[in-house]
Amino acid sequence: MSTPTPTLTPFAITSRGTLPARATKVSVAGLNFYYGRAQALNNISVDIPKQMVMAFVGPSGCGKTTFLRTLNRMNDVIPGTRVEGNVSIDEEDIYAPGADVVELRRKVGMVFQKSNPFPKTIFDNVAYGLKINRLTSGKTELEGRVEEALKDAALWSEVKDRLKSSALGLSGGQQQQLCIARALAIRPEVILMDEPASALDPIATSKIEELIVDLKKHYTIVIVTHNMQQAARVSDLTAFFLLGKLIEVNSTEKMFIAPDEKLTEDYITGRFG
Amino acid sequence: MEVHRHLDEELDELRATVLRLGGEAEAALVRAMQALTERDTATAREVLEHDDEIDQLEVEVDRQCVDIFALRQPAARDLRFVMSVAKMAPVLERIADHACNIARAAVDLNIEPELKDHDQLRRMGKIASSMLSGALDAFTKKDAAAAREVIQRDAEINDLYNEIFHDLIEMMVNEPATATRDARLLFVAKHLERIGDYVTDICELTVYMAEAAVIKHQH
Repeated sequence: MSTPTPTLTPFAITSRGTLPARATKVSVAGLNFYYGRAQALNNISVDIPKQMVMAFVGPSGCGKTTFLRTLNRMNDVIPGTRVEGNVSIDEEDIYAPGADVVELRRKVGMVFQKSNPFPKTIFDNVAYGLKINRLTSGKTELEGRVEEALKDAALWSEVKDRLKSSALGLSGGQQQQLCIARALAIRPEVILMDEPASALDPIATSKIEELIVDLKKHYTIVIVTHNMQQAARVSDLTAFFLLGKLIEVNSTEKMFIAPDEKLTEDYITGRFG
Repeated sequence: MEVHRHLDEELDELRATVLRLGGEAEAALVRAMQALTERDTATAREVLEHDDEIDQLEVEVDRQCVDIFALRQPAARDLRFVMSVAKMAPVLERIADHACNIARAAVDLNIEPELKDHDQLRRMGKIASSMLSGALDAFTKKDAAAAREVIQRDAEINDLYNEIFHDLIEMMVNEPATATRDARLLFVAKHLERIGDYVTDICELTVYMAEAAVIKHQH
């Protein structure tokens, strides 16, 4: 079977030139999402390129978290929900009948607003996904993967001497880094982050943001944030959601200097409503 | 929306301060040219005495811009506005400095016999002040088209400068006794020519503010 030609995502011209064209990792087309009879997402189409950070911004209740959770089918666990349209990762429809949801969630990791380490040791937190998915063949490989994930999450040097201590003894920022390490351990390709720094102080936030920028070298990152400056700092592309509709997707630079849509400009300048 | 109401108030205040600075620069230019062409030394001295207030207005614009950047993190049209104003203020202050230089030349020239009619310089001064006034209007109305029209007028100033340059050099050669006064007038012409360039800068900033288009170094 021949490999399909990847779609290239076009980018807006910015004052600094054009962002590099990258193959599309996640492609969303005509996506509608319903909680019972209430429609939460309305005809969303967007391509998320590989190895870039795309931020989704918008007021509370606009559908950005719902959208994020459609990318790894996390909404499936909510009764009464319904999805229409197409979400593809590497050109494979994730909602196709028979799609492997477990494999999808291995490929698409998620980090939540509030860090949620398990009440286990630091080591066991990171090793958890590897163990239950039987992704390693022995103790040495398991330890190697845990170390690799903790290093990628920029936490290794701080915890390497206390891997057997409880994860709950870490600071808030470290706990969030640990959750990122836990997501990285199973080697995902896409990382979804839902307000990953909203509960952290400025220093811990800055560390998480630096981490996001570093991680994009190897991963495709989709982040939902209320913090406009955070979107400006970490993302290459920004998408603005309003009332379940995707109003504008543009390079982050263009979005924050001269957005195309008046609704976006009103939101970004705080004159919304 | 309370926070954003305050931002709007701060932006309005900034706009008022920079327009005051623009108005003062324009008045300094008009009065300096009046001092020169009407041999009015008292007016020239007033222009010079007033310069400190203009400098203070520039400092005030700086302060307001820094406050807004630091405390409000403006974006999109607000960012372009504050950015443009921050870059416009030193340009306006520099225009006022050139007006002061013209006023100084007037003080020196007025104690010597009148050289000749300053018709070309008068015309140059009128074009410069009308360009400045047009540039400030375009800025106030966020009118990029009007700003672009003002930029076109810089060519008139440049042409007049070249004419005056040649006339004054010719006078220096033909009547060496007037060379010092000719040189002073030549500097006045150069100041006016530079003001034309500065007004062009202001218009480019207005185009950026209104359209997010960078047009500098393109004409």
